[in-house]
Amino acid sequence: MSEVAIVGVGCVGFRPILPELSYKELMFEAAVKAYEDAGINPRKDVDVFITCAEDYLEGFSIFDEFVPDQLGAVLRHLFTVSGDGLLGLATAYMLIKTGQFDTVVLEAHSKASDILTFMDIVAFALDPILNRPLGGHPYYVAGMEMNRYLHDTCTTMEQCAQVAVKNKKNALENPYAAYGANITLDQVLCSDTWFYPLKKLEISTPADGCVVMVLASENVAEKLTDKSIWVKGVGWCTETPNLETRDWSKTVYTRLAAEMAYKKARIHSPWKELDFAEVNDLFAYKELQHMEALKLCEYGEAGKLTEEGLTARNGELPVNPSGGLLGMGYGLEASGMQKLLEVVLQLRGEAGRRQIPDAEVGLAHAWRGIPTATGITAVLSNVK
Amino acid sequence: MSEKIKHYSGEALKSADIEEGRVPTEKCRPKAKFAWSAGMAMSRFLEELKNGKIIATTCNKCKRIMVPPRIYCENCFKPTDGWTYVKDIGTINTYSVSYLAADATRLKEPIIVAIIDLDGASESMGIIHKLGEIDPKEVKFGMKVKAVWKPPEERVGAITDIKYFKPIKEEKP
Ligand SMILES: [Zn+2]
Repeated sequence: MSEVAIVGVGCVGFRPILPELSYKELMFEAAVKAYEDAGINPRKDVDVFITCAEDYLEGFSIFDEFVPDQLGAVLRHLFTVSGDGLLGLATAYMLIKTGQFDTVVLEAHSKASDILTFMDIVAFALDPILNRPLGGHPYYVAGMEMNRYLHDTCTTMEQCAQVAVKNKKNALENPYAAYGANITLDQVLCSDTWFYPLKKLEISTPADGCVVMVLASENVAEKLTDKSIWVKGVGWCTETPNLETRDWSKTVYTRLAAEMAYKKARIHSPWKELDFAEVNDLFAYKELQHMEALKLCEYGEAGKLTEEGLTARNGELPVNPSGGLLGMGYGLEASGMQKLLEVVLQLRGEAGRRQIPDAEVGLAHAWRGIPTATGITAVLSNVK
Repeated sequence: MSEKIKHYSGEALKSADIEEGRVPTEKCRPKAKFAWSAGMAMSRFLEELKNGKIIATTCNKCKRIMVPPRIYCENCFKPTDGWTYVKDIGTINTYSVSYLAADATRLKEPIIVAIIDLDGASESMGIIHKLGEIDPKEVKFGMKVKAVWKPPEERVGAITDIKYFKPIKEEKP
């Protein structure tokens, strides 16, 4: 069975807003970069195109119908994955593993600035009978989760705030990041409490951008490039949608997604075997929760490790060297692709001033945000 | 219904039971508002409509003149090379007469919607618009039509700056 490689990447953004480009033009620019990077002609060399988009975030019904032109996919083979970009990666991986497809293009984007009522769209994902009638801002769900997590693990507010400080600082070195900043722990802790115990500066802000990647089978990849990044394993999982009955502390969805990916990638001790991890940090505490679920450390330990600097860019296991979603901006369904992009750049040695020396194995992780309990994990390496 | 079961317990619902709240229901109207960035191609197109003109983009590779304009040629997958005006005169490619509104109620006056291949643009390139000043029975394939514009002070940079297309007599060369 063929190995699966990422052979081209292209990114435009991420910026708080990109008003000069339509979503089509945004996708075109990212696609041009990815195809040039991979050295392919999309009109001839691609078997399948995958776009990852949710109609309600686009404001179109059947959004995939609006996609072919700007990806070079007119009268070619395209479909939508209605979910995070990493679910698209899982789909592309499976297509190539069948042996029937050699080259797959994967796209995800955010034009969050086009959505005038973003939080109403998020609220519309709540259960219409049990949850929606209560009103309020849907992010109270995150407040409840953080509260239970702190209670169960004795993780402190300071430790959560440290995630925001670290990620926004990392983002200062990332040209694809929208919200890099040098902020202090006090600034985070003294920022407004929006959803107790969650603070304003611990919440990622949406951003506009697009990531396109080209994946290929072993044979094609080896002809195209000598800088292939290999997808060693992918995993995904969804917990119950019921807020009333789910686990609030351990993000079981991420644990099972990780186990699936680690099994395929033959990873036994993630902390030792991974050189860095790009972990969903839509809210600061989520990075800690997800680290534990990803077995990067023991349950309840992530806060302490963060406080001690072990997850800083020069630490023992850097987490979110890209700046994460707190630093890059929340790219909606592209948020998994933001993680994947950083993993590819780090493993290629193209991460500039944020390069982690000798990085060989990295992890990308995504969560689909409030109110979902869906996690996706991918392990990648620059060694086949 | 299964032959063995002659009677189901419970009472049949009538639509009035739902409308008058005798059965529990939840109603919700989603607040979904969007404002799409028009981008480089559409912004120019809309600006030109305000000027009473229709603009296209060109591809030097496949030599097409493309309207509505875009900043990339989807066939060659490359950026387009320039801008050019096309005429506000065109040929009916296909059409339909819509007797219903979007909510399926009957329109007093049907609307005639047509694909109009514009003069000066490449084959099968043009605009979708309504036809006016013509009886639905008289619409023909290949018929020449011309845009009827709103007065300049009423134009806002929208597709509706053109009121409709009306038939013109074929000019003899
Ligand atoms: Zn062309």
